[in-house]
Amino acid sequence: MASSIRVRATSNGDITEVQALIQHPMDTGLVKNPAGELIPAHYIQQLKFECNGKDVFVADWGTAVSKDPYVKFSFKGAKKRDELKISWTDNKGASDTTTAKIA
Amino acid sequence: MTTTTGPLATRRLILQGAASVALLGLGNLPFAATPARAAANDKYPEEAFRQKNEADAIKALYGKTAEPSDKVKLDAPEIAENGGVVPVSVTTTLDKVTSISFLVAENPFALAASYKFADGTIPAVANRLKMAKSTKLVAIVEADGKLYSATKDVKVTVGGCGG
Repeated sequence: MASSIRVRATSNGDITEVQALIQHPMDTGLVKNPAGELIPAHYIQQLKFECNGKDVFVADWGTAVSKDPYVKFSFKGAKKRDELKISWTDNKGASDTTTAKIA
Repeated sequence: MTTTTGPLATRRLILQGAASVALLGLGNLPFAATPARAAANDKYPEEAFRQKNEADAIKALYGKTAEPSDKVKLDAPEIAENGGVVPVSVTTTLDKVTSISFLVAENPFALAASYKFADGTIPAVANRLKMAKSTKLVAIVEADGKLYSATKDVKVTVGGCGG
């Protein structure tokens, strides 16, 4: 199965810019389906970016983050071709992990 | 008869026990939330995400209050056509930033997202949030142990909670 995480990490030598797009329904638990039943909450709670053995950026998310979440940030201290590891876990205990090479 | 009342009685006892434990748990919450957060920095701040208004959420998340600062720059559209996907970002010129959070005041649960920054991570973040209706948006930046905030009003044409 293709990964739910799409990442682009680009370095200009000093600063690495990271953009990530994740496929996830991010259901709030407050919305009803066409049959009038509540769709149970299903959302990513934590998303971590790890580079060279260090957490560089951690996101804690609630239900108000949009469906198929997008996030962008930048950090220092990585080189081109270093590996960035991205992982998330959701409120149902599901998770996914991927790695990306910094370009 | 004794065989049926026996198990029933114990079940009732267990239920009573569970109820009192739940009550105790609730009573402890306001005190338990902040130390737990300080001790385990990596832990998901469940309590903060369950608060309905933004002041309670900030208190549950950080255990202190924020002061407005012009060093926090919150960027969001004045009018969001689709409340389900509102692009929002924060940048700041403050030093030693450890955390940035977004709160949407009119949402069912105020806290939307909270980000933790390591040393060397640039204190700026962009993401997309849902907004139920026109609302005040609050960004909190934690820098050198203090909290700074910026707010912006966003008009929402179509709410992000529709089916």
